[in-house]
Amino acid sequence: MIEGAIWRKWVFFYVPMALFLLFLLFPFYWMVITSVRPDGELYRPWNSINYNPFWTWKPTWDHVRYLFEETLFASWLWNTTFIALASTAISLVCGVFAGYALSRLNFPFAGSLGTGIFITYLVPQTLLFIPLAEMIRNYRLGDTPWALILTYPTFLIPFCTWLMMGYFKAVPKELEECARIDGASRWQAMLYIVIPVAIPGILSAGIFAFTLSWNEFIYALVFLSSPEQKTVPVGVTSELIRGDVFYWGPLMAGALLGSIPVAIAYSFFVEHYVAGLTGSVKG
Amino acid sequence: MAISAVSATTLREAPPPRRQRLLEDERWLAFVLLVPTIVLLGMFIAYPFIRGILLSVTNSRVGIPGDFVGLANFYKIFNDGIFRTSVYNTFVYTGVTTVFKLALGLWLAMLLNRNFRGKAFTRAFILLPFIIPTVLSTFAWKWMFDPTFSVLNWLLYHFGLITGRINWLGDPDLAMISIIIVNIWRGVPFFAISLLAGLQTISPELNEAAAIDGAKPWQRFWHITWPLLLPVTMVVVLFSVIQTFADFQIVYVMTGGGPANATHLFATYAYQIAIGTGLLSEGAAIALAMFPVLFLVVIIQLLYIRRVEVR
Repeated sequence: MIEGAIWRKWVFFYVPMALFLLFLLFPFYWMVITSVRPDGELYRPWNSINYNPFWTWKPTWDHVRYLFEETLFASWLWNTTFIALASTAISLVCGVFAGYALSRLNFPFAGSLGTGIFITYLVPQTLLFIPLAEMIRNYRLGDTPWALILTYPTFLIPFCTWLMMGYFKAVPKELEECARIDGASRWQAMLYIVIPVAIPGILSAGIFAFTLSWNEFIYALVFLSSPEQKTVPVGVTSELIRGDVFYWGPLMAGALLGSIPVAIAYSFFVEHYVAGLTGSVKG
Repeated sequence: MAISAVSATTLREAPPPRRQRLLEDERWLAFVLLVPTIVLLGMFIAYPFIRGILLSVTNSRVGIPGDFVGLANFYKIFNDGIFRTSVYNTFVYTGVTTVFKLALGLWLAMLLNRNFRGKAFTRAFILLPFIIPTVLSTFAWKWMFDPTFSVLNWLLYHFGLITGRINWLGDPDLAMISIIIVNIWRGVPFFAISLLAGLQTISPELNEAAAIDGAKPWQRFWHITWPLLLPVTMVVVLFSVIQTFADFQIVYVMTGGGPANATHLFATYAYQIAIGTGLLSEGAAIALAMFPVLFLVVIIQLLYIRRVEVR
């Protein structure tokens, strides 16, 4: 802690911390207040008199109702959930297997394969979305959830593999050898001994992968076209803006409701999420 | 007990002996375990990458395969004023945001590295900008920057800092600044939490020993914390540089590249050309123009990781 006078504590700790929190959290407050504020209050110029932008005395559910009755928001939520869960599951299976092979088995080219997977981890989606869009159209996957379920693993698997390698390396070799001496095959030793020990890692990778696929935007924007197939980020972007008119109330309500599933997943597994985040960076 | 359960399952679903023998061989097992990953990454990263290169040397449009045109697309984009602006913007955007994200992230990490009440709670809340879908939170910013209803203008006006309205997203320079602010906002938590993880591996005894020897806080930071944190910092910065350089969402939502194409980045301009106007091959060329820089950063990162591992 900071030594010395109490004012030092305020100047060097409380004030900067409060400013950081204000900066980082204010947009969320603004999202919440906008989504319950009636239109009459929303569209008042910023310099009109007697106007308090930070509070409303007439909260309304109109925007949320609009979202569920006039738009396909419920379908978007369902699509996003389904796509995120499916691509997370695929990536976890691939990542756990690949992580196990790369960290615990001896085979030719193990090192270069590991490097190769690490490099794909650094490939941004924006580099490849144009040729991918062409491929998706040629395979007739366009405008189906499969376009995303098959492409999201490209940025999830490398990160899952990388994270799982770290966890598997920490499992002592003796544990596996004991099982092998007792007659388990390699496959069984992996499935029943090593993988269960690495469950915390799998959970971290899973939570992180789920939030990443929930947040993905450009592939969903390019590969999906009909309103009923869209994910939340794309649906909110394309269906709540008509020409130049922004439906700010429903937009903010949609942004808020679309964030809640990831926020819930996150709040239950904060520690795992942080482990996934820092593990994915440190490797 | 555990083993008898294992053998029970073996008896029930005994695989053919040949397959079992193959899986006992480390190399075969590794191969089997890696196949799904290699197939998926090969199909959706390696193959599209090659397709992208092939696409960029044709004059293909949506639905029309096109013919080979050599480097014509690259000539065309290098003589395109908007492309040049996007290149400039991308470098400014990446450079400025990275400096701020690192400085603010490090500061926040050091604040969080203290013991105070509600620490776990604060740390959880601070990550929100990073976990909430970027597009959705960027809309909140766009609404805050709205020319007519801006809450920021309201605040500045009531603090007496401005007299008229500021048209945040209507002026090219202000629009760029707005985008940079949103990117910093989104990136600071990632830097802070990753650097905090790095800080927590530094033994507090080092700092205490230096303090007893009379080192000032600034000296302790510069000679102890910073050098020990450098490996984590490097990885976080390089990782963030790649993501920022190839960023799309924030600009797409905030300005769509406007006003008058003044705030495009590589990715948003590639999107506009390829998807907006259907010039697939030219768009692929713009996206591929990012590659040399990304490649360089990846190489630096690989070399750096190797060096750290060797030590």
